[in-house]
Amino acid sequence: MGVTQEDHAVVSEISPNWVTTKLDYLVNLARTKSLWPMPFGTACCAIEFMATAASRYDLARFGMERMSFSPRQADVLICAGRLPFKLAPVIRRIWDQMPQPKWSISMGACASTGGIFDNYAMVQGIDTIIPVDVYVPGCPPRPEGLLYAILMLHKKISGESLADRGLRQEFTLREDGLFLAPERVDELGEPFGNSVHQTRSG
Amino acid sequence: MTAESPSVPALKEAFGSAILRAAVMCGDTIVYLARDRAHDVLAWLKDTPDQSFDYLTDITAVEYRDPERPLEIVYQLRSLERRADLRLKIELDPQGDLRVDSVYHLWRGADWLEREVFDMFGVTFTGHPDLRRILMWESYAEGHPLRKDFPLRGHFSRAEQVRRALSLKPEEHYSPEELEIVRRHLREDDPGRVPSGRGGRA
Repeated sequence: MGVTQEDHAVVSEISPNWVTTKLDYLVNLARTKSLWPMPFGTACCAIEFMATAASRYDLARFGMERMSFSPRQADVLICAGRLPFKLAPVIRRIWDQMPQPKWSISMGACASTGGIFDNYAMVQGIDTIIPVDVYVPGCPPRPEGLLYAILMLHKKISGESLADRGLRQEFTLREDGLFLAPERVDELGEPFGNSVHQTRSG
Repeated sequence: MTAESPSVPALKEAFGSAILRAAVMCGDTIVYLARDRAHDVLAWLKDTPDQSFDYLTDITAVEYRDPERPLEIVYQLRSLERRADLRLKIELDPQGDLRVDSVYHLWRGADWLEREVFDMFGVTFTGHPDLRRILMWESYAEGHPLRKDFPLRGHFSRAEQVRRALSLKPEEHYSPEELEIVRRHLREDDPGRVPSGRGGRA
């Protein structure tokens, strides 16, 4: 998955110069100002997401008013809410269907870590299923929190360069059918915080 | 408020020893039934004009922490025209044979309720036409989650759970076969769906 020797050669070949940086600026400007979100709302975070999209907070200010309910026309996947195992293949399929360039925001405690749902039915963080660019803490996060995440994503996109071939790499599932190595998934799923006191679960 | 439901003496007269005991709890009457006569009692409660419990509010099950207490199957009935409620329970040995007769053919609403109790507790409803899991997916192999011997985080490791979840094919949940089952049920139900009789009964 890493950047190979060959990629390095390409990067140095068209290393940043006046043309590429100006082109980067234009491309990144276009991308940040029209991030079409693919809303994956499963819980109360989706309510806050809707509030963010509504007139008071107004996602349209960022060129995001067009909710893309088809992954084929989406740029950023916003997972707003908990993800049960039953939906894991669905979000994976949606992520695979989104064309590059694409980014993802994990909104709220449940999407990021499993939150209070440290149980048999819940994915312990969507980063065990798809790559995540920005995590938003909160339960649920206020609209300001989501807006901050979007601005952070803007900043991240603004720093991208066409010369960097590693950026648009597609991270598919490994041969064993997992996105991360099994020991990484187990480590991320370890109980933490209050969950460690749930001794009755055995 | 604390008065026993008038259905209890009528039940005792009609069924005698099949009515194990009755109790009043928080104003609600609870009748404990013998398992082998439970279906007859429920059918009688539905079809006897004085009782006419025509609406099945809920079927659920309870397993207590104390190992000596039985696992209870709970039926919550309501008579819409008499505005009366009745709760009935069947006590089963949690370690024994979890098997009761289905009431699908008395109240069609029992279909998904019984499937849910089967999914979560592993109770088999004999005579149910389509007893499959309903909340967990059909290939779920960890057991029945609401049983007390089920660990909160499931039997498998997080990595194994994620691997199995990602190997699910979403189209199998929403396959033409699955939809065909629904259509077949609708066709069978069609004559009964026309509310030509009193209280929506055909």
